[in-house]
Amino acid sequence: MGSNLTEWKTYINADQIITADGIKKGKPLDRISVKDHPLKNVTVTERIPRRILGSQPSTGRTTPVSTPASILEPLSLALNGLDPLTEFALQEMDPLSKMAAEMETSGTQVKAEKTINDNLNSGMQPWSARKASILSKFTTSEKISIVTSFLSEGDKVVVKAQSTAVDKIQHRLEQLDYFEEGSQKKFDLSQAEYIGRIEQLNRELVIAWNSEQRVKALKIAIQCAKLLADTDVLSFYPSKFVLITDILDIFGQLVYERLRTKAEYYKPGSKAAAALPEDFKLEMVPETVKETCLNWFYKIASIRELVPRIYVEMALLKSYNFISNTELSDALLRITDMINGVGNPLVAVYARCYLCRVGLSVTQKNHNNGYLFNNFIGFLETYPQLFNRSVKLDLIKQKVPKSTYMTLYTPALDYILATIACNANENVLNDLLFRATQLGNSSLILNTIMSGFKPSFISDRTVQFLDMIGKCTDDGIPLYALLRTLGLCITICPPPSEQRRQILTTVWRHIVTLQKPEEYISCAEAWVQFVVQNFATREINMVFGDIIDHLTPNRAYENHYKELKAVIQKVLAQIQDFELLLAMDNFLRLIDLFQQESIRVEVCKSVLTQSNSDLKTNDPVVTNALMFLCGVLHDSVNALTPEDEYKQIGEILCNIIRRVDYGRDFEQQLSFYVEARGAFSNIDAVLAQLIQCVNSLSVNTRQIIKGMHTRKTGDFVRACAVYCFITVPSIVSVKTRLQLYLLSGRVALFNECLGQADACFKAAFSIIPELQDDHGKCEIFLVPYIKEFLSTLVVVPDNPERGVLSLTRILLNVLRCFEWNKQNGSLTTIYISVIDMMSTMNQEVYPYHIDKVESNDSMYGSDPKFISEVNNICSILLGEILTQLKEMGPCRRQSQLATELFIRVVTRGDINSANRITLALNLWQLSVKNGYADVKYMARTKNYFQKVAVSKNNKILQQLVDKLNLSQ
Amino acid sequence: MSITLDIKLKRVDKVYHEGDNITGVIVVTSNSDFFKHEGITLTAEGSVNLQISSKNVGIIEAFYNSIKPIQLLSITCDVTGSGKLPAGTTQIPFEIPLKAKANQYLYETYHGVYVNISYALRCDVKRSFLSKDLQKQQQFLIQYKPGKNPNPQIITDDSRRITFDLSPASLASGGNGAPDFLLNGEFETNCCNITKPFKGFLSLIKCAVPIRSIELQLVRVETCGCAEGYAREATEIQNIQIGDGDVSQKINIPIYMIFPRLFTCPTLITKNFKIEFEVNIVIVFQDDHLVTNNFPIILVRE
Repeated sequence: MGSNLTEWKTYINADQIITADGIKKGKPLDRISVKDHPLKNVTVTERIPRRILGSQPSTGRTTPVSTPASILEPLSLALNGLDPLTEFALQEMDPLSKMAAEMETSGTQVKAEKTINDNLNSGMQPWSARKASILSKFTTSEKISIVTSFLSEGDKVVVKAQSTAVDKIQHRLEQLDYFEEGSQKKFDLSQAEYIGRIEQLNRELVIAWNSEQRVKALKIAIQCAKLLADTDVLSFYPSKFVLITDILDIFGQLVYERLRTKAEYYKPGSKAAAALPEDFKLEMVPETVKETCLNWFYKIASIRELVPRIYVEMALLKSYNFISNTELSDALLRITDMINGVGNPLVAVYARCYLCRVGLSVTQKNHNNGYLFNNFIGFLETYPQLFNRSVKLDLIKQKVPKSTYMTLYTPALDYILATIACNANENVLNDLLFRATQLGNSSLILNTIMSGFKPSFISDRTVQFLDMIGKCTDDGIPLYALLRTLGLCITICPPPSEQRRQILTTVWRHIVTLQKPEEYISCAEAWVQFVVQNFATREINMVFGDIIDHLTPNRAYENHYKELKAVIQKVLAQIQDFELLLAMDNFLRLIDLFQQESIRVEVCKSVLTQSNSDLKTNDPVVTNALMFLCGVLHDSVNALTPEDEYKQIGEILCNIIRRVDYGRDFEQQLSFYVEARGAFSNIDAVLAQLIQCVNSLSVNTRQIIKGMHTRKTGDFVRACAVYCFITVPSIVSVKTRLQLYLLSGRVALFNECLGQADACFKAAFSIIPELQDDHGKCEIFLVPYIKEFLSTLVVVPDNPERGVLSLTRILLNVLRCFEWNKQNGSLTTIYISVIDMMSTMNQEVYPYHIDKVESNDSMYGSDPKFISEVNNICSILLGEILTQLKEMGPCRRQSQLATELFIRVVTRGDINSANRITLALNLWQLSVKNGYADVKYMARTKNYFQKVAVSKNNKILQQLVDKLNLSQ
Repeated sequence: MSITLDIKLKRVDKVYHEGDNITGVIVVTSNSDFFKHEGITLTAEGSVNLQISSKNVGIIEAFYNSIKPIQLLSITCDVTGSGKLPAGTTQIPFEIPLKAKANQYLYETYHGVYVNISYALRCDVKRSFLSKDLQKQQQFLIQYKPGKNPNPQIITDDSRRITFDLSPASLASGGNGAPDFLLNGEFETNCCNITKPFKGFLSLIKCAVPIRSIELQLVRVETCGCAEGYAREATEIQNIQIGDGDVSQKINIPIYMIFPRLFTCPTLITKNFKIEFEVNIVIVFQDDHLVTNNFPIILVRE
């Protein structure tokens, strides 16, 4: 370095102010409130958390992305709500569970909406919504037969050129005959094939219709309807119904639309014929259309078989509007009666269902809907049919159990009842209940009524229902299903308060008798919400105990994790006092039932996120429970855990740690943190959180005693510092460690633990080399970090045993050994900052101090030896910087750095020496001449120095400024 | 050169009553320059065609002995003498009063097996010697004016409810082999308005074996007078199922049937032929055992 070693001498501010009491103080510097740290590297865009002592603890990660400050960040918000998949699953549920689920999330809101919407169809699930669930629920693996003539490959009747009318008629008749006889085939098909065939029929129908073969279309419709008369595969019937009624709907629509559009309707005042408007009046319908329409009805009235005749007529109901105003309502009532003639009760009930559905779609909203009620009554009147000899034979033949058979009725019955119940009053319910009682408390009817009527009606009569359920004797819908339905109703709308206890005892008496775990748990799941909503801890605890007792034998719980999870979730959603829940004997035992790791973790997670309240706790039982749950989460983390999961768990644990608060019992708090550290050693975020907590504990201590440490508090804060010091190394992330060391060091310093602070700082230096990577990415982090560090080092007093500025020297040595990317000039930037820091150190009074900590200014009192030592270091740095600038070669960065250094030389250095003037000028020249100079910035710099020179009347500076040349 | 001939009636449903004027247009479409013809005539005709069943007489006799049709209506009018029609579409309106021949009455249109009553308009275009004559027929329907039935013999005041009980005991066969059953029922009337559905209900009180089907059969009874006397034939018009499968017991199952057009007409009794109707209640048991009960009914137009 010899020749080009430039000597450095710091300019020491001589303007001292003598205050009244005679103490010299540094002239307060001009203060401008800034948003950025002055030493902050401009390239960093992310916020670098600067630890403000005693502020709210935040986690120790560096980037805001990886470390959500609180649990209420967007990701966790999303997790609190329902994820889309769960929502889909909810849609698949039966209406009550769905309503119940909605209630869970949106409390009373639903009730309010209910009262507002009293339209006819509101509150009723439309048919289209039900279709998908029916199709997925009722399936079969058996062969289904289909008899039809329209499924042959290709049409065998070739359409010949028809010369004469006679030929045409002949051909037509042939064609019809062909459909009529001969070609009807019976296929045995699997379910998928069957559905395919039905779709094919659907297409055929539309094709036939569009190619003017309306008779063929009608015949296809009739054949489809005929399929519905047949229950050869019982368990598939509801699905078959859905598929075929879709075809019939299409057929009905085709006929209606054709009649409507074919009508040549002359609008008043217009001469062009047009289709009838959608909402036509009877008097607008031309005679031709009436005639055509009548023909359709004459045609279908002569269909021989009952079931197809009814179905096709139902499909065409809407077209009655072309003929008369009253025919439609009459037909609805008439068909309702005609269905009495259908002997097979399953076929009959679905026919009724279709009638109600079509009826609702073709009538006005305020139409007299008596037929809906009549249909339900019709079903009730023929209810004994469900047990007649033919059905029994059929069940034996197809090996279908009675209860399964009964469930086949539910979609249709539910729909029919829903059409009645959506705007029915209580009298209707009373009437139906009376009838149900007469039919021996039929389980099927009870179930339908419970799921169909407004839950408020049901829950008002819970006692009555329970009574009826108890008396129900048939083997249709099983007891547990009934109880479950009732439970769901009650969940939505609680029964009168005076009955609740009685209800609970009665219900639980029933539930306890359920021996099969799956039946038991499905009931318990439905009822648990009622219990949680309306009863105190004792009952809830009891219910938990009962669930555990029922599911423990033979490890039955293993098959019911889903239900158990639902139980837990319902409890969590409804529980008023989370702490009481955790304090329950049986709650943790219940959690313990989840033996499968993944589900266990999931449950713990939901419990812990549910506790996402700001409430602090200091109850040891609760804390223990929380720690237990956290332990489960923590133990689930392993090398294979996905990153997100890891983060989420970390976040949850941090949140829990923040919740535990022993108030002013700081020692207890610290020992909790010690325990937590032991328990959660695998997760960085948690350790960081713990260190933050302990640091804030330490700061709080100081704040409380107002900086006057007693022996006890002194020991305590030292313990805190030690805690931090020994915890940091367990963290994997180097950056986090670095920051926490710095923070802990600062806190230790703040608490006058100089030795601990020193140790922290040294430890930080020792791990800087670990940051080393090949791409220089770490420099983005390191530069601002070092700058921040430097600003701390200003006030750190030297250790008398180790010479002047030992910490700074160690730092410089570490940095020199670090392999920097030369082109970035990061080291140069840092060196320039070190020069800044050094010049500060040379001042007689430092700009800031830590209360009760003597910094170097008072220790050395601007001793010349100290100053020359500092200047020495600066000189070496200056030499290094110049070498680096040279190595860098001409580039924009070089120019920038040269300018920066120039500013330092002029402001920080003592420019009374010609040497430094030359240096400054050289630097100026360097930055100008390499062609990358930021001329505007330099001009402003020059301007500034000009002003300074004038105001301070500094001739040397003036001369220097005069020599500064902006052009090359 | 192509010429088409068509008759369009003014009424869409083509239904006319005696005494009405049947109106419409004859539509001639030709694409040649001039269409020469030797005169256009329009004829309204109506007749009763009777045929004797081969069951009563031999096949050959049945073939030959078909009774001469009874002419009910025959009106011919010349639309125009020989002349020319311009190219394009020519519409010639017409109006013919419907009046029966002497001592005849315009019976309702009816299509049966042995008796057919039909009416048609026929338009003939005579052409020059070498060209083919053109002819077009257009069917139309005759209905009685509501409440005006031509048969004084039928006492429509006799209309009453019909109630019935069916059981093995009530069977003509004495109920041998029939399972134990009891069926109650009721028809609203035995004198039915042809435009209104046939209504009633039945209720199965008890039945020892499952039922496959309960059906309502509509039967026409046609009687033709001929040389050997009367031939009376009963044939099915339609069969409507009203109960499918093992129907519920003690519940009212509605009977509802629309009388098909053309295949039914008000009950008609003349000196040459008769058209009468009956309904059958048919109960088919699971074992294909079948019980039928017959009820004559009178159809009127009201």
